[in-house]
Amino acid sequence: MAEEEGEKEVTLLGTWSSPFVLRVKWALRIKGVEYTYVEEDLRNKSPQLLQYNPVHKKVPVLVHRGRAIAESSVILHYIDEAWPHHPLLPHHPYEKAMARFWCKFEDDKLSPPLWRVLTTQAEEQREAQASAIESLGLLENELEGKKFFGGQTIGLVDVWFGALAYIIPIYEEITGLKLVEQRKLPRLCRWMEEFLSSPAVEGTLPPKDMLLPRYAAMREAFLAKAKRPEQQ
Amino acid sequence: MAEVKLLGKWPCPYVLRARVALQLKKVEYEYLEEELGGKSELLLKSNPVHKKIPVLIHRGRPLCESLIIVQYIDEAWLAAPSLLPASAHDRAFHRFWAAYFDDKLSPLLTRLRNGERGRANEEAAEGVKLLEEAFVRLSEGKGFFGGDEIGYLDITIGCHLGWIRVTERLMGFKLIEEAKVPGLAGWAERFCAHEAVQGIMPETEKLMEIFQLAQIHMKRSKR
Repeated sequence: MAEEEGEKEVTLLGTWSSPFVLRVKWALRIKGVEYTYVEEDLRNKSPQLLQYNPVHKKVPVLVHRGRAIAESSVILHYIDEAWPHHPLLPHHPYEKAMARFWCKFEDDKLSPPLWRVLTTQAEEQREAQASAIESLGLLENELEGKKFFGGQTIGLVDVWFGALAYIIPIYEEITGLKLVEQRKLPRLCRWMEEFLSSPAVEGTLPPKDMLLPRYAAMREAFLAKAKRPEQQ
Repeated sequence: MAEVKLLGKWPCPYVLRARVALQLKKVEYEYLEEELGGKSELLLKSNPVHKKIPVLIHRGRPLCESLIIVQYIDEAWLAAPSLLPASAHDRAFHRFWAAYFDDKLSPLLTRLRNGERGRANEEAAEGVKLLEEAFVRLSEGKGFFGGDEIGYLDITIGCHLGWIRVTERLMGFKLIEEAKVPGLAGWAERFCAHEAVQGIMPETEKLMEIFQLAQIHMKRSKR
């Protein structure tokens, strides 16, 4: 009996602030999968983390039936395939491919300029802002006629982009720069509200009063480092 | 028969991934060679976001990003072989190591080709050793990461073998050496000799030429 329970057991290793971990939490919630959450201290990594993710030593790591899966994209696909109800990916191969494309787009064309908006200033920051807004414009187009990127319900792309819904306002507050303006990106604004208030997401977000100083400190650290290039 | 076109450039390992997948599935396709250093109108129209190859056009609908294309080929043409394994867990294993290769090893190989040495050499050797372990685990004594037949991970890594060999020549140092990584060494030979790969994998000599030309061009444009 204990062995059977152990086999079904799902464990998620994560940190409270990681948007990558949140993606996995949202996916598990959508699927209705019960799991044990283990908070890791990345400055003092547990033997369990090092054993389950020896290659990258990072979170999130999902452990299911004693076997570990790392990398949030790999984990999300795994969750969708291991628990096929409430599918995250569309059924049709072309639509599935397009969903994967948007996830890669976020990695390549949205995350990097957003990160530069947070961590740079002056000309470099303005360029990053323009680049991020251009990419966000493509997302705006993609939302035409849809409540979520996944259609009427939250799908893989919504889960993948989801962290932007709470991180972008934080970046805007810290930097004083506008990224998602209601009049320019109305569908994206509405999506952010719908996503954050959905049952899968409600109550999962890290507290803003802890996140804001954390990201503000990152900005300070990067700006200070940029002033001392010879010490890099 | 549905029309399939693939836009590519012959030296590009990412294009090779799409071609090997199509060949394995015995899909008839029209291969359109893009000019090196240029971008055709069809390319710019089909991939306006990234403007990069490979682009697969199936029934008039374009797709880009090599691994997304490979998965699409696997899902749209259900004939054997299956490129990804059946179990969710094994699929996760293929995807994890594919991401590892693209995110960690491939950029490292580029750095090594561009002359970086020291710690980069060690990292490359460690990375190859990890792949050896992954090969032993996934192949279960058979010829490929996919088992009896080439699969997703074989395609991901195997299509870079030409460029891996270029890197080895430039380094004067073998990364995939039989004495150190016997599993991978045997696998590399089998992959290159496979009928789906053999006719289309570019010769290492020609890749070396292209690389050296590109280096000269880069140095000239920096002056």
